[in-house]
Amino acid sequence: MDLAAAKMIGAGLATIALFGVGIGIGNIFATLIATVGRNPSVQQRVFPFAIIGFALVEAVALFALLIAFLILFT
Amino acid sequence: MIPGRFQSVVEMAYEFIAGLIRDNAGKEGLRFFPLIFTLFMFILMGNMLGLIPTGFTFTSHIIVTFAMALTVWLLITILGFVIHGAHFLHFFVPSGAPKAMLPLLVPIEILSYCVRPISLSVRLFVNMMAGHTMLKVFAGFITALGIFGFAPLAVTVALFGFEIAVAFLQAYIFTVLTCIYLHDAIHMH
Repeated sequence: MDLAAAKMIGAGLATIALFGVGIGIGNIFATLIATVGRNPSVQQRVFPFAIIGFALVEAVALFALLIAFLILFT
Repeated sequence: MIPGRFQSVVEMAYEFIAGLIRDNAGKEGLRFFPLIFTLFMFILMGNMLGLIPTGFTFTSHIIVTFAMALTVWLLITILGFVIHGAHFLHFFVPSGAPKAMLPLLVPIEILSYCVRPISLSVRLFVNMMAGHTMLKVFAGFITALGIFGFAPLAVTVALFGFEIAVAFLQAYIFTVLTCIYLHDAIHMH
């Protein structure tokens, strides 16, 4: 198979990882909404953790993107 | 003495970082306040300056973020050995683990510790590179679509706001993780 074609396929396959990332982000914010729904006074304390959690899960998404770029361009 | 506007902003930044260190690294961590403050401001400004049109984002280069992450990680490892001596190696043995699992657990713990500089640097680098690349791609669509260019324009405006939030968030995440690792080195559990 052509090297360029194999690179394209590899980069496409690397984005399968985003499936797990979508679940992760949805999980974090679903729990945030449920928690604030049960106990609205706790929103100030819980929100920073939600944002930190979101950034860490987003990092995993971007790790997958990095692999895709590495496959495509080197 | 009522602080003027500039003084207020600087005091808010100081209080923000001091509170961050106190919450995540404890009072002994306040010794490292100059380093953490410099790190936060450097990354924040690096991220934001790239959003100005024709500006350059120096944090979107892996060598810059890797140098920062490696420095921080080396500092924290050396600090752990200086404070605790050889006892610092007990950090890799989680308390309460059954002895039979140790040959499996300890290499995993050491590996996940050594991955820290890589994950810190790659997180910041890829966030900046991917975000700004996406901005350029959508901005390119505006003229390419001609009369329907208002749709990519709306998306570009929204994405720009999102990128400003990501600039703050990534600087905050780098700093918070550094403080948490500092807490590990100073208090070791």
